[in-house]
Amino acid sequence: TVFSGAIFQKIGYILGTFCGVSKLSICNPTLLIYLCCSSLLFPGLIQREGGSMEQEMGELRRYRTQSISRGEFALSDSFYFYRKGLESIVDDQVTQRFSSEELVSWNLLTRTNHNFHYISLRLTVIWGLGVIIRYCVLFPLRITLAIIGISWLVIGTTLVGFLPNRRVKNWLSELVHLMCYRICARGLSATIQYHNKNNKPQKGGICVANHTSPIDIVILANDGCYAMVGQSHSGLMGVIQRSMVRSCPHVWFERSEMRDRHAVTSRLRAHVAAKRNLPILIFPEGTCINNTSVMMFKKGSFEIGGTIYPVAIKYDPRFGDAFWNSAKYNMVSYLLRMMTSWAIVVNVWYLPPMTRQEGEDATKFANRVKSAIAHQGGLLDMAWDGSLKRDKVKEEFKEHQQKMYSSMVVGKKARNSQEPHTESSKS
Amino acid sequence: MGSRASTLLREEEIEEIKKETGFSHSQITRLYSRFTSLDKGENGTLSREDFQRIPELAINPLGDRIINAFFPEGEDQVNFRGFMRTLAHFRPIEDNEKNKDPIASEPLNSRSNKLLFAFRLYDLDRDDKISRDELLQVLRMMVGVNISDEQLGSIADRTIQEADQNGDNSISFNEFIKVGNVYILYIDIDIDI
Repeated sequence: TVFSGAIFQKIGYILGTFCGVSKLSICNPTLLIYLCCSSLLFPGLIQREGGSMEQEMGELRRYRTQSISRGEFALSDSFYFYRKGLESIVDDQVTQRFSSEELVSWNLLTRTNHNFHYISLRLTVIWGLGVIIRYCVLFPLRITLAIIGISWLVIGTTLVGFLPNRRVKNWLSELVHLMCYRICARGLSATIQYHNKNNKPQKGGICVANHTSPIDIVILANDGCYAMVGQSHSGLMGVIQRSMVRSCPHVWFERSEMRDRHAVTSRLRAHVAAKRNLPILIFPEGTCINNTSVMMFKKGSFEIGGTIYPVAIKYDPRFGDAFWNSAKYNMVSYLLRMMTSWAIVVNVWYLPPMTRQEGEDATKFANRVKSAIAHQGGLLDMAWDGSLKRDKVKEEFKEHQQKMYSSMVVGKKARNSQEPHTESSKS
Repeated sequence: MGSRASTLLREEEIEEIKKETGFSHSQITRLYSRFTSLDKGENGTLSREDFQRIPELAINPLGDRIINAFFPEGEDQVNFRGFMRTLAHFRPIEDNEKNKDPIASEPLNSRSNKLLFAFRLYDLDRDDKISRDELLQVLRMMVGVNISDEQLGSIADRTIQEADQNGDNSISFNEFIKVGNVYILYIDIDIDI
C-alpha cells in the first residue's frame, strides 16, 4: 500500500496540474479533480432576525397609534407569528441538519449533485473518468483492505484474549486494535489530521465527540485506544463486539438494559472508576448529525463523573460526504458509498479536559462542553435535540412561546427564564 | 431528497409559476428544492404532517393556522403550484410593480391580497367576518393557558369594539384593513438567492 500510495500521489499531482487544480496538499493515494462549475451558493435562504420575541414584537408594534397602549393585544400581533411560521417553512435550521450538507461547488460525485445542470462535455467526460477510477480502481483496493482489517481485529483480539498476563496482554491488545483500525482507515482512504495531541484522552476518563457517522469510531481509534460503549448487536457486529471484549473491557449493553438510565450510568461509573481502564468513547448527541452543527448533548454522559475529554471532528465535505443518513441508507450501502468517494479527509481536535464545576448541573456542563466543541470545529452550536430527526418536538416549547407572549399582553415584567431554543451564531 | 431536483420541474412549469407568482427562476428552483426536501413521501405533494415535521413551525402557537392556509378547501395535499401560490402572497412588493397597469389582474402579492390572506387566518369559516368566537380561538392559541377566560374575553371585546364600525359586533374585511394596513408588510419574506 505504501508503494502504490506513492504512485497514486505522483499521478495525482500530474493530473491535478493538467486540470488546473490549485492546491492539492493531501498525502493520500486518492486524487481529486476540481472544476468549479456553476457555483451554487447555499447560505441561509432568507435573512433571519436573530432577536427575541420581545425585540421583534417591539419592531412590529412600533407603528402603534397612541389609542392602543404599548402592551395590549392588537389584531396585528398575530403577524409576528405568521412571519416566523412562514420563515420556517421556507428555510429552517433543524431539518437541514439531518440531510447531507450542500456543497458550494460540485466535487464530481453524482450523490452530491442536487441541482443537476448539464454544463459541458468536458465535465461529463471527467466525471466519467472519475467514476471509473472510483469504482474500478479504488473500490476493490479498499474493500480488500477493509476485509483484512476486520478479520485481523477478530482473529487478533481472540488470540490476545487467551493470554493470562496483565501487562503484556494490554500492550498486545492495544497493538492489535491500533493496527486493525489503521488498516480500516486505509480501507476508507481516510486522511486524518490530529491537533493538540497533548490533550489526548487519558485512562479513566471519558471522551466525548460530535457524531456524524459510525466511521467516527475508526477515526478516533486510529490514534489511541478507547473502550467502546454501545448496544450489543447480533450477526457480524456481534461477532466483532464479542471478540473485542476478550482482549480489553468494552461496555456493551443489551437493548433492555439501555432503557434503565441508572443501570447504564452505574456501569459506566464503575468502568471509569477503575483507573486502569481505557477511556470511554461516548457520542452525547445520540444520533448522527450532518457535521454542520452540534445538537443538544444528552446529559447522561455528564452525570457519570470523572474527567471529560472533548474532541471535535470535522469532515471535509469536498472529498466525500461522511454523514450517515440512517433513514435513507442502511449501514452496508453507507459503507459502500464511503468506499466509492474520493477520500475521507478529517480534522480531529483534542480539547483540554473539562470537569464539572461547583454548582453546575449536568445540563449546563453538557452545554459548556458542546460550545467548546462547536467553537473548535467551526460548527453551529444548536440547542435543538438531535432526536428531532425521528421524534416530534416537545409541547413545552410551544407552551413557552405562549407564556412569553401572554406576559407581553398582560404587561408583566420580563421573566428570567431562558428560551429553551436559543441559538448562538457560528463562531 | 430527489437528486435531480430541477430536472423534475420542467421549464414550462417554471415559466408559468414565474408569471403567476412573480418569483424569479432561481427562487423557484431553490424553493422546489425545499419542497422536495419536505416531501418525505416523495409523491410530489405535501401533507399536514410534512409541515409539522419542521420543529420551528411545530412550536409556533399559530402553526396550525399557517399550515391550514396552504391547503385549499377540504383538501389534504398541496402540490408545488399551490405551495408557491401561497408563498407568493408574502413576496415583497417591488418598486416596478407599484405602478402597474390597473387593468391587468392584481398580482398575488398586492397589498390587499396580503391583507385578505391575514384576514382569512382569523376568519376560519370564511363568512367574511371575524366573529368574537373566532377571535377568541386565535387568542387562545397565542396565549395558551396563561390567561383566564374572562380576561381573554374582555381583550376580545375591546379589540372588536375598537375595530368595529358598523356595529355588528364582528370585524369585516374593510374594518380589518383599517387596523392591519400599517403592519401588513411586516410579514413579507425576502427570499435571498
